[in-house]
Amino acid sequence: MRLPPLRPSEITPESVYRRRRELLRGLAGLAPALLVGCGNATEGGGAPAPAAAAPPRELAVATRGRFATGEAQTRFEDATHYNNYYEFGTDKADPARNSGRFRPEPWTVEIAGHAEVTGRFALEDLLEPHPLEERIYRMRCVEAWSMVIPWVGVPLGDVLRRFKPTSAAKYVAFTTVERPAEMPGLSYPVLDWPYREGLRIDEAMHPLTLLAVGLYGRALPNQNGAPLRLVVPWKYGFKGIKSIVRIEFTERQPATSWNLSAPNEYGFYSNVNPDVDHPRWSQATERRIAGDGFSLIGNRIATLPFNGYADQVASLYAGMDLRKNF
Amino acid sequence: MPAAPPRRARRDRVALSKPLVFALCLLPLAWLLWDMLHGRLGPDPVAQLEHRSGDWTLRLLLATLAITPLRLLTKRHWLTRYRRMLGLFAFFYASVHLSIYLVVDLGGYWSQILAEIARKPYVTAGFAAWLLMVPLAATSTKGMMRRLGPNWLRLHRLVYAVGLCGVLHFMWLVKSGNTIAVRDPLIYLAILVVLLALRLPGWLRRRPPPRQPAAGARTAPPPSGRA
Repeated sequence: MRLPPLRPSEITPESVYRRRRELLRGLAGLAPALLVGCGNATEGGGAPAPAAAAPPRELAVATRGRFATGEAQTRFEDATHYNNYYEFGTDKADPARNSGRFRPEPWTVEIAGHAEVTGRFALEDLLEPHPLEERIYRMRCVEAWSMVIPWVGVPLGDVLRRFKPTSAAKYVAFTTVERPAEMPGLSYPVLDWPYREGLRIDEAMHPLTLLAVGLYGRALPNQNGAPLRLVVPWKYGFKGIKSIVRIEFTERQPATSWNLSAPNEYGFYSNVNPDVDHPRWSQATERRIAGDGFSLIGNRIATLPFNGYADQVASLYAGMDLRKNF
Repeated sequence: MPAAPPRRARRDRVALSKPLVFALCLLPLAWLLWDMLHGRLGPDPVAQLEHRSGDWTLRLLLATLAITPLRLLTKRHWLTRYRRMLGLFAFFYASVHLSIYLVVDLGGYWSQILAEIARKPYVTAGFAAWLLMVPLAATSTKGMMRRLGPNWLRLHRLVYAVGLCGVLHFMWLVKSGNTIAVRDPLIYLAILVVLLALRLPGWLRRRPPPRQPAAGARTAPPPSGRA
């Protein structure tokens, strides 16, 4: 299905528009390369192994530097081999190991709920009018470790606005794809599949909230949530739902996976907050996984309110009791 | 004509094998150091150091606890002679584990440790397990065994509390709802429960009701110093 009222050619100079098309073709053409990179020899049956694993193709990034942190970045190798993506297994090495079968291409996203435009859209159409931006964000996991990752994506709010959410749209609910044949972790009832997450509409529209398609200038590897994931840098990492297939504008606060699993441990908001501990461990500090050298000492740093983005987002929660709404 | 080996020879075999068992017990640490020096601990090396030293603490602790049931089931009494070494290695790995947490992981944020011991059940349990091991390690010598007499046995039954605290420590730090990750601590717990269940009948037999006069040799307490 197309998006009739939102033809990008109407609002964008054609040369720019064509360049974006090429860029998106590049993004799409990347899927086979990724599969080569992630597959392992034992799994391919008798198929001849392709030559060297090609590095994921680079994306054409239009803007860099908005909201960028200057802190030392996490190595690409670490950010792509230390992942929580339970659909591929619960060990942090599992997603890189077990996501080789996953096919992020072609991809469609269903837009539903309280909006004037709804339906199923090809990923290319969803992203077409938006120039890709690089955002270097801190990523704080609820398990008290953190990374610094240069994401590539588009502001979620810019995409959502094209669907003209109505006044009834108070929240946005996201759903991850559910493909048992490609995602071995789905065989285990670790969470109530499919994975679901949600944001309040003002959080979703906030300029920091990113719909990411890549990292380190390259398309998202499967283990990082290819082809489309959420990045909300002031919230714990599990809010950044991966491999999104459904976005729904809702009137009520949507159910979210970790909150369903342990409501007293994982709140709907899950804003990074050093003053509100997880019931079982402290959130006051974190172990930073970043930098080039191997170091055992000195990786622990203090966790900042809203993961250091308080200036940008604290006003969203003015007057709210953040201990109650954790 | 093959005859049963004389008692003396068997004892020597145990004595000879002790350095080998000692070396085997050091292997996990050597392996960990090797991986560390070769940068093979992955993106979060500190977490790896913590997890692997913790795993080996629990494994050695359960191995220690398995000695007596194994001896009773197989009648291979020489097994007991490895027990102290295994127990002391469990304490050694627990101390390595605690040191990594305190010095390497929390380095610079030591005020956090007091708050965590007091408020976070998994840290409390882990710290309690280590603390309970201290008197056991301190009284592990033959001299202390002799001096404490029957109290030595009573004291060293604390090792089951150590095991329980250790397993709880592991279980409580797993993200709840993670039914896969909780499998490992549950396996340790199951082994611990089985080992405890194997010992209980013996303990109950040896403890006659206090009012009843100890009549007959069957209910007589075991000689002091026996495990």
